[in-house]
Amino acid sequence: MKITRTGFLGFLAAPLLAFARPAKRWVMVVQTGKCMQDAGCTACVQACHQAHNVPRIPDARHEVKWLWKERFRNLFGAEAIPAAAENRLALALCNHCDNPPCTRVCPTAATWQRSDGIVMMDWHRCIGCRYCMAACPYGSRSFNWVDPKPYVAAPSPDFPRRSKGVVEKCNFCEERLAVGKMPRCVEACPERALIFGDANDPHSEVRQVLQARFTIRRHTELGTRPSVFYVI
Amino acid sequence: MRERPLILSGLAVFLALVTLPFWYNAAAKASAALELKRPAAATQCVADTAFMRRSHMEMLNAWRDRRVREGIRTQPASGGRVFDISLTGTCLEECHGSRADFCDRCHSYIGLSGPYCWDCHNAPAGSTK
Repeated sequence: MKITRTGFLGFLAAPLLAFARPAKRWVMVVQTGKCMQDAGCTACVQACHQAHNVPRIPDARHEVKWLWKERFRNLFGAEAIPAAAENRLALALCNHCDNPPCTRVCPTAATWQRSDGIVMMDWHRCIGCRYCMAACPYGSRSFNWVDPKPYVAAPSPDFPRRSKGVVEKCNFCEERLAVGKMPRCVEACPERALIFGDANDPHSEVRQVLQARFTIRRHTELGTRPSVFYVI
Repeated sequence: MRERPLILSGLAVFLALVTLPFWYNAAAKASAALELKRPAAATQCVADTAFMRRSHMEMLNAWRDRRVREGIRTQPASGGRVFDISLTGTCLEECHGSRADFCDRCHSYIGLSGPYCWDCHNAPAGSTK
């Protein structure tokens, strides 16, 4: 048998590959066709904001949001969307970009990317400079202009609150993933429109869906490589 | 020399005013040794008492970095016991029970205007200010 160069290199690398465990890469697929937001369903948003003590502030200038509904034309740009679908609603959240612009501008390393792809925040360290909000092209980050506590109607005891002067956003429910649970929004959706999982695991449901369906991501031209995929 | 009584009484008033805090504190029953309630059910702390008295704030800082930034969620203690890294869950709910009876009592005793842990972290029900 002839020894080829690639075969030989593969033979050398085999012991390394046996030990190397590929990192997880958490991604979400939003199946916009299944989502009932046009019909007024906000189960995912309610569940997320309840679980994470996100304040509901009536003044739109001070609004804080982790998960919200957005029109197609604002999500993907009007030129990419048929006029008939422009005003349809779909879910928007932090994209947990593979190449996140927000983490690079943070002067205190209060936001950073974990090895599993989650763009984390350390609210202890956030000094409220809002550079990350300027850097995020998706508007996924909110600033606490006022003390949010009076606007949290029924605080969840299992998650901390925030104080005035820090930025916050979706954390892909890292506190739930750590104990083997799915994100709250995925669990709460009555239509099962949200699929979440490890894109590096070939057997995961999310990987199967990505293999089977065409998906788009928001503003790929920016090179941020979002981890939130949309089935249109 | 006719002003002598005036000057002396003025001085007396001045001295009384300047030393007022000392009189006031001496009159108030100050510096009774602080007795903290011992945890009802728990038998072991994450570290020994002397260390916790001296360095609990540094340990909590290390905890927060470990849990939030490094993703390490547990802390081994002596005797093989492993604690969940959680201010609300472990320190209060599992052990000391009440923020007011434990954290606040000591902090206010030494006149510490307060670490701002509780601005965001939840104290177990019934123990908020």
